[in-house]
Amino acid sequence: MKSTLLAGALLAFATATSVHAQAIKFADVAELSGGGATVGTNWKNGIDLAIEEINAKGGVLGRKLEVTHADSQSNPGVARAQVQKALDAEPYVLLGPGYSGSVKVTAPLAAEAGIAQIMGGEAAELTQTGNKFLFRTSFGQQSSMPKVAKYIHDDMKAKSVAVVWVNNDFGRGGRDVIVKELDRLGSKVVADLSTEAGQADFAADVGKIKAANPDAVFVYLNEEESARILKELKRQGVTAPLMGETTLIGQKVIELAGDAANGARGHVGLTTDAPVDLIKTFRDKFAKKYNYVPDHNGLKGYLAVYMVKAATEKMGKVDSKAFADTLHGLTIKAADEPGILMDVTFSETGDIDRQSFLVEVVEGKQVVKQVLPKVK
Amino acid sequence: MSNLFDLLVAGLATGAIYALVAVGFTLLWQTSQTINFAQGEFVMLPAFLMLAAMHAGAPFWLAIILGILLSMILLGLAFKLLLVDPMMRHGVLPLAIATMALAIGIKEAVKQFFSAEASPFPSIVPTGDISILGHAVSLQSIGVLVLAIFAVLGLTTLLNRTSLGHQMQAAAQNPTVARIIGVPVERMILLTFLINAFLVALASLLITPIYLAKFSSGEVLGQAAFIAAIVGGFNQVRGAIAGGLLIGVLDNLAASYVSTQYRAAVPLIFLILVILFRPQGLLGRAEERTV
Repeated sequence: MKSTLLAGALLAFATATSVHAQAIKFADVAELSGGGATVGTNWKNGIDLAIEEINAKGGVLGRKLEVTHADSQSNPGVARAQVQKALDAEPYVLLGPGYSGSVKVTAPLAAEAGIAQIMGGEAAELTQTGNKFLFRTSFGQQSSMPKVAKYIHDDMKAKSVAVVWVNNDFGRGGRDVIVKELDRLGSKVVADLSTEAGQADFAADVGKIKAANPDAVFVYLNEEESARILKELKRQGVTAPLMGETTLIGQKVIELAGDAANGARGHVGLTTDAPVDLIKTFRDKFAKKYNYVPDHNGLKGYLAVYMVKAATEKMGKVDSKAFADTLHGLTIKAADEPGILMDVTFSETGDIDRQSFLVEVVEGKQVVKQVLPKVK
Repeated sequence: MSNLFDLLVAGLATGAIYALVAVGFTLLWQTSQTINFAQGEFVMLPAFLMLAAMHAGAPFWLAIILGILLSMILLGLAFKLLLVDPMMRHGVLPLAIATMALAIGIKEAVKQFFSAEASPFPSIVPTGDISILGHAVSLQSIGVLVLAIFAVLGLTTLLNRTSLGHQMQAAAQNPTVARIIGVPVERMILLTFLINAFLVALASLLITPIYLAKFSSGEVLGQAAFIAAIVGGFNQVRGAIAGGLLIGVLDNLAASYVSTQYRAAVPLIFLILVILFRPQGLLGRAEERTV
C-alpha cells in the first residue's frame, strides 16, 4: 500500500514537471511604471486574460502557456536591458514593449535572436527597417494618419490646422506623416508645436494655439499629457474642434480629463466601444476580472497572445524560428479564431490591415461615429 | 497681445504655487538650516492623502481637512521628530541627503500603495471664464492666484504683526539670544515645520487638478520651487514669493517665445546668472555664518 502511494506520488510529480517543461513560454516587457504605466498595465492585463482563457480550454496544441512580465519603467534603456534578459531565457515569442522608442531599441535584439516580437508601438518607422521578426498589434502611423488627415480635411472642413505633438519617436513619427498628408490635401498647418513627454504645464502651448486661431487642432500626445492639454484647452476656452488618435480619447484620458474630453474626436484602430460583438464580450470579461474598462492597450495585449495561438495552430507545431514566416501574409478570421476579435491580415513588413473606427467623446463616453473598413 | 496677457495670468497662477512651496523652503532653512529636498514630494503626497480619504467615502471638503491635518502630522511633526532632529546633530549636508532619501521613499511608497498611474483630482475652484479688461480669463487661474496670495498674506501678517511671528523670527535670527529672553525656540521651530506642511498641502490642493495626482509630479515642482527660493533669496520669505512668481512667468514666456524644448533650461540659466551676480538672491540679504 505504502509503495503504491509512493509510486502514485512519484507519477504525479513526474507528470507535473513534464507539463511544466512543455509549457510554451512568453516573455513580456512592458511599461508597468513611469509615464507609460497606463499603457503597460492594460497591455499586461490583456495578456494575462488571454492566457488564462486559452489555458482553461487546454492551451495551444495541448500545451499550456506561461508568461513572465518585466517592467521597462517606460524607459528605452531599461527596456533594452529587460528584453536582453528575457531573450536569454529563450522564450517562444517576445511581447511588448508598448512605447515606440522602447520598441526601436529592442527590435534589433529580438531579430538577432531570431525570436518574433509582437509589440504595441505605432511609430511609422518601426516596420520600415526590413526587420523580419517585428509585428504590430495596431495600426502604424502610415496606415492611420492618412485616414485622420482625410477626416480633418473632408469632414471637419478645416483649412487651417494646429498640430501639437510629443517630442519622442511616437510623436515625431505621427507629426511627420500628418503634416505631409495635410499639406497634400491642402489644409494649412498654422501652428506646429512640439511638447515634452511628461510635461505638466500646457498654458504656453495652448496660448500659441489660441493665437494661431486654427479651424481644427490635431493633438498627438501620450495619454496623461493628452488629459492635461485637454483641460488647458478648456481652461483657455479654445473652441476649435479637436482631432487625435487613440491616445486623445482613450478611457484613461477621459477619466483624467473629465468634462474637458467631451467633443474630442479620434481615429481609433481598436476600441472597447466598437460595435463588434466579440469586442463587447472581451470588454465584459476584462471588466469582470480587473474591475475597470480597458483601453485599446488591453485589446492589444489580448490580441498579441491570440496572434501567437492562431499562427502556431496553423503551423501545427511550436517552432520559434518558423513562427515569423507563418505570420507574414497570414489572414486570421474572427469566425475561425474568436480571440482575434476582428478579421486581420499581416503584411510582409509586420503591419496589419483591419477595420477601424472614428470615435467622439460624448458625455464622458466613447461613441463610434463611423466604421472605416479594412483596406484590402 | 492677448496671448501675452493669458501667458502672464497662467504664469502667475503657476508661480503663486511655486511661491507657496518656496516659502516653505525658506522657512525651514531660516529656523533649522534644513534644506528639504523632499519638498516636491511633500506637495505630491497630500493630494494622495485626500484621494485616500475620498476613496474611504469622505466628501471632498472633509477629505481636504483630513488631508491637511494628516499632512501637518506626517510632513510637519513626524518629519521634524523622526528625521530632522536626529540628523540635525550631524550637520546640514547629512540632513539634506536624508531628505533626498525621504523623497525617494515617499515616491516609491505612493507608487506601491496607490498606483504608478495618474489619477484625476477634483478642483476646488469652478471651471469657467470671467472677463477681465475684455480678456476671458479662466476662473481656475484666478482662484489659484487669489488663494495663494491670501495664504502668503496671512503668513506675512503672522510673521510681522503678531507676537508669535516675532518670536519665530527671533528664534530664526538668533536662537541663543531668543532663548535668553524667554522665547520657546523649540516650539517655534516646530511651528515653522507645521506651517510648511500646511503650505505644501495647500499647494497640493491647488496644483493637482492641473498636474494630476501622480507619484512623480513632485519632481518638477520641487525643482521649480528650489530655483525660486534661491533666485528670490533663500533667507527671505518675500524673496521666495517674488522668486516663485518670477519663475512661473518666466517658464511660460520661455515656452512661448523661446522654444518649448528649451523651456526647462531658461529658469536654470536665470538661476546661474543670479548665483554669479547676486548670490544672496534678488531680495535676499547677504549672510555670514560663524563656523
